[in-house]
Amino acid sequence: MALLQITEPGQAADPHQRKRAAGIDLGTTNSLIASVREGMIQTLADQDGEHLLPSVVRYTDNGPVVGRLAVESAKQDPLNTIVSVKRMMGRGIDDLKRLSGQLPYDFSASEGGMVKIRTRVGDISPVEASAEILKSLVNRSTEKLAGELHGVVITVPSYFDDAQRQATRDAARLAGLNVLRLLNEPTAAAVAYGLDTGAEGIVAVYDLGGGTFDISLLKLNQGIFEVVATGGDSALGGDDFDRRIAEWIIDQSGYDKDVNPRQLRTLMMQARDIKETLSTCDRSGISIDVDDLKFNGTLSRSVFEEMIADLINQSIKACRRTMRDAGIDEVKSIVLVGGSTRVPAVRSAVAEFFGREPLGDIDPDRVVAIGAAVQADILVGNKPDDEMLLLDVLPLSLGLETVGSLVEKVIDRNTTIPVSKAQEFTTFKDGQTAMLIHVVQGERELVNDCRSLARFELHDIPQMVAGAARIEVLFQVDADGLLSVSARETTTGVSASVEVKPSYGLSDAEVTSMLKASFDHAQEDIASRSLSEAKVEARRMIDALLGALELDGEKLLAPGQMVLLNQAIDKLQETLSLENIEQIKEGVEILGKASEEFASLRMDAAVREVLAGRRIDQLEEDIG
Amino acid sequence: MGVNLTETAALHVTRYLEERGSGIGIRLAVKTTGCSGLMYVLEPVDEPQPEDLRFNSKGVEVYVDPKSLVYIEGTEMDYVKQGLNEGFEFKNPNVQSECGCGESFTV
Repeated sequence: MALLQITEPGQAADPHQRKRAAGIDLGTTNSLIASVREGMIQTLADQDGEHLLPSVVRYTDNGPVVGRLAVESAKQDPLNTIVSVKRMMGRGIDDLKRLSGQLPYDFSASEGGMVKIRTRVGDISPVEASAEILKSLVNRSTEKLAGELHGVVITVPSYFDDAQRQATRDAARLAGLNVLRLLNEPTAAAVAYGLDTGAEGIVAVYDLGGGTFDISLLKLNQGIFEVVATGGDSALGGDDFDRRIAEWIIDQSGYDKDVNPRQLRTLMMQARDIKETLSTCDRSGISIDVDDLKFNGTLSRSVFEEMIADLINQSIKACRRTMRDAGIDEVKSIVLVGGSTRVPAVRSAVAEFFGREPLGDIDPDRVVAIGAAVQADILVGNKPDDEMLLLDVLPLSLGLETVGSLVEKVIDRNTTIPVSKAQEFTTFKDGQTAMLIHVVQGERELVNDCRSLARFELHDIPQMVAGAARIEVLFQVDADGLLSVSARETTTGVSASVEVKPSYGLSDAEVTSMLKASFDHAQEDIASRSLSEAKVEARRMIDALLGALELDGEKLLAPGQMVLLNQAIDKLQETLSLENIEQIKEGVEILGKASEEFASLRMDAAVREVLAGRRIDQLEEDIG
Repeated sequence: MGVNLTETAALHVTRYLEERGSGIGIRLAVKTTGCSGLMYVLEPVDEPQPEDLRFNSKGVEVYVDPKSLVYIEGTEMDYVKQGLNEGFEFKNPNVQSECGCGESFTV
């Protein structure tokens, strides 16, 4: 029976009103599906009670076979049995040459440079093989959950590029699934531990899987995980532990010929069993007999730990490097992912490096799928609205154009919506009565490099000196991503506003490329921003000085002084066209010095004017 | 007879009501719905209904309407943790069968 929660009167949900959603961890070695059942999140098992589905597809004359049966046949039929298909997703033939030493297949390049694998039933693309794995997982789900799946969340490594992500989506489509979202694996793991509702801070996700090691640093900010840094080693994993054991066995057996594929697979499978045994026991027996390769003996945990010490150390080094590059020296929690984190030596190395015990209560093989299921359940709408909204963020920052074609960001990228933020702006010129509000979207510093969303004007600002008017600009983004911007002059209350849909017409790819551009041009953006700022500063100074000279220049200054000051102004004016920030700054400094005396003369004159003809006691009264 | 709470269940109800800031007790009711016909509803009570029956178990006031009581007479309510999940569980002697998905039951 499902566990019941207390609900407010009238709020209890009827059973079977929930939409079915599942989270899928499509892994290199094993895949898993999890879903909410009886109000609980569980990974789903096949008929034999096995939760992990080996990500292995064997193509036979009677159709594809997925999982354990395929693994068993891998020994006899290595060329038609596809393992580690994830490594080939979205890769071209050139990428795979690097990996092909580890993959015993015949590859053929297909159109578009994507690779296919020659099997007895024809050329198979990695997408097709992955689709078979997905289908096999979902078949469990439809039996268990009685009903169609409304959607799935599939996890991918955070370093997956667009091609690899697209290949994953294609595989899901081929399997007839509606992909709600691709979720980064480390984020899924953190979500599974409920860290998204915890205190803000840095979460480290240490993922040592079969073939890859990933360290991800996530920053939790207002319920959203942002991947701040990733590192790792794409060729380090539990398989390497197995390989070490296999090499050790070959070494101990004294076998000196090259091992054939059949022997290698037998050795690797034995090695994996030995490794798993050593996670709970102190020693494991070994018995191998395949094609004249014979060995009987035992392997102790301490010898095993010795042979993998450098591999573990390699992972810790990657952690150190990633932390250092990100400028992070402390993490709030550490989440363990991947079957290889069961190895006690790995756990203790991680605990020692981070200085605290890692979270490992949830089965490290299942934690990613569980997190994906949590997310899927929310995305199909099984949770109250306020929880749902937490997951929607602005893909790009929203801001305004300010003087000098600069962008002033009002709402930052990754801010959760709905959101409302106000910022105060002011006039740039004396007596300015109107203001153009130009709303832009993007991460770049200059307006021309961002996307223009809307323009509108605010009129009837009362005449004041530059900088005295207070104009409040309010940005509001509602839950559907609809942006409305309004501007209001605070003393008179005059206002104007506009509505825009910020993401309209922007595909995911465009958003990505806009983001990428902001990273690529970060340096030059900062340079052009400072140049613009220096120019604005210079112009402001010139305007102010010219105004003052017109008012008081003849009254306070000798003709010679006037000329000198005007010359300094002209000089600064000239540097403005030179696009050289140093010269502009220098000009500003010179003009500043040159006008110092004039400024103090004006100040004195102003004070004299105020004090003229008044007695001390009157002044005291005024002040008091 | 009526309805009984375990210590843990009573503790969680009390804590829930404290956090909520109001409520004089808890209502256990049965609603007709689902594939097996009936489901439990657990709600805080701000004002009892005139026909309500009231039980006190481990310091918690439990309100049950007479119609629901027929189905839940003698039920023990517990609070359990199962893996990542926690919630209330019912030991109801009247239950004949539960639906496969575990969300509803028949008596």
